[in-house]
Amino acid sequence: MTTTESTSEFTQAEGRSHVRKIVGIWLVVAIIADYFVWFVYGPHMPPGAMTDQARGQQFDIKVISVLAIPVLLFLWTFGFYSIAKFRGGRDRPDGYYVKGNVKTQTAWYVITATLVLFLAGFGTYELIVPAGAGGGEGPSPIWTPSTPVKLVVQVIAQQWRFTYRWPQFGGMETTSINLPVNTQIQFDVTSIDVIHDFWAYQLGVKADANPDVNNVAYAKTLQLGRFTVRCDELCGIWHGAMYNYGNVVSQQQFYNWATQMQKQNATVTKLLPKFALTYTPSYTGAGGGYYPSGDPNGTTA
Amino acid sequence: MSKGARIGAVLVSFAAGIALILYGIFGYLRSSPAVVSAIPSASQPNSVNLVMQVDGAVGVGPHPNWVGYWVQDAKGVWHQTTLVTVPVDTNVHVTVYEYDSGGALRNPVWSQVAGVQGGTVTLNGTADRIINPNPTTGNGIAHTFVVPGLGIQVPLYGVGASAKNFCSTGPCNTSEAHTVTKFTFFSGSQTHKYRWQCFVPCGLGYLNGNGGPMTSLGYMGGFIEVVGK
Ligand SMILES: [Cu+2]
Ligand SMILES: [Cu+2]
Repeated sequence: MTTTESTSEFTQAEGRSHVRKIVGIWLVVAIIADYFVWFVYGPHMPPGAMTDQARGQQFDIKVISVLAIPVLLFLWTFGFYSIAKFRGGRDRPDGYYVKGNVKTQTAWYVITATLVLFLAGFGTYELIVPAGAGGGEGPSPIWTPSTPVKLVVQVIAQQWRFTYRWPQFGGMETTSINLPVNTQIQFDVTSIDVIHDFWAYQLGVKADANPDVNNVAYAKTLQLGRFTVRCDELCGIWHGAMYNYGNVVSQQQFYNWATQMQKQNATVTKLLPKFALTYTPSYTGAGGGYYPSGDPNGTTA
Repeated sequence: MSKGARIGAVLVSFAAGIALILYGIFGYLRSSPAVVSAIPSASQPNSVNLVMQVDGAVGVGPHPNWVGYWVQDAKGVWHQTTLVTVPVDTNVHVTVYEYDSGGALRNPVWSQVAGVQGGTVTLNGTADRIINPNPTTGNGIAHTFVVPGLGIQVPLYGVGASAKNFCSTGPCNTSEAHTVTKFTFFSGSQTHKYRWQCFVPCGLGYLNGNGGPMTSLGYMGGFIEVVGK
């Protein structure tokens, strides 16, 4: 070791004081940041709190943020502190000589590894609560809601629009969607051509729409408001235009809307195929059949 | 090969690749169909006429066998296009001459009329709220005119399979077998570019019937632009 380097080492007392300062600054910054993230920004974090699913996802993002942000802030604090305090000066042109420290390094590894493993476990568990975490669970869901389903909405995707069928309202089909508040809802998502994806952002629901598959997702509405439905699976030229808005309204308003639509659509409802969990694209024999020879439902026109 | 020749070959093929991509892009961009503007007359400042036809085969251009829409301009000239502009705050009186044969609908919900004045269209002189999509009790639906942003939903009744003077090359004329659908819609109080499309999978021979003309502007989808007066 040269003389320059040895005189640039900390004394133990200096080192301790630096550590205390770094930890002190970090603690203050981290607590303020976490407070803001949890209490101020948290309630506005995506996807909102319109349903139990959305609320659950918001909670997950809050938890992950609040645990991850202190790690980032520690790195920043240490970095900026080093730039400010450990840089070179007139008497030490190379700055301080920072040595490795087995205890510190071990602590760093153990703490961050624990954090990452905990978040992996937490994230995995949260992927299934509540009731599938708003994701499509396929035709026979494993994670079902704790309260009974009150309303079933069938989402039919087609190139390039969503329509909705309401088995509890005579099987009518609408181009718009309204939902009653405080209601456990089951979405039966399917497609009558290619793969689409029903993504009701503010409801925290996202389920692939596959032809000949009934993909079930759940959500319980908790707040009134407008939500956006988007297709989230690239499905052709008008994919970007495949969206519509829906509303969570009071139960009475929903009932009035649905019964009025049922009446208004009564004639066309009779022309629809019988309500089923899936519809084979060639069912009605329309042009450009998808299953020219082997119609899986055996209903080739 | 010398080093210089190899570098040269790489550069030349690279330049050729770039040129090919640019040719493709600009060729595509230049190939936009015409835009037909519906303009009000001096005596009727708040209404315009929009006259369209749908053909079973457009007969011209790179895809003569594709189905497609045509729009008539103010001079009576037919343009093979799906791009139109209409003025804001205007009643748009639409006439569609339909020359294609019909069939069943994949999703029969499109047989219902919506978003037009009175909730009805006039098909061959008769007001209708629903156009029969059943090809055994009627001619079936040939195409639809649907503008999701304006809530417009108009099924277009097909020509009967037994029609003798079936039009095979566009633009067709009214001496050939056709149906006439008339309706009026309000263009709204805002300028906006609305997309529209046909919901009959009429791209025969393509996956689900939704390729070809269904994915090409100027055939089975386009834009209605509501512009300032
Ligand atoms: Cu889609
Ligand atoms: Cu069509």
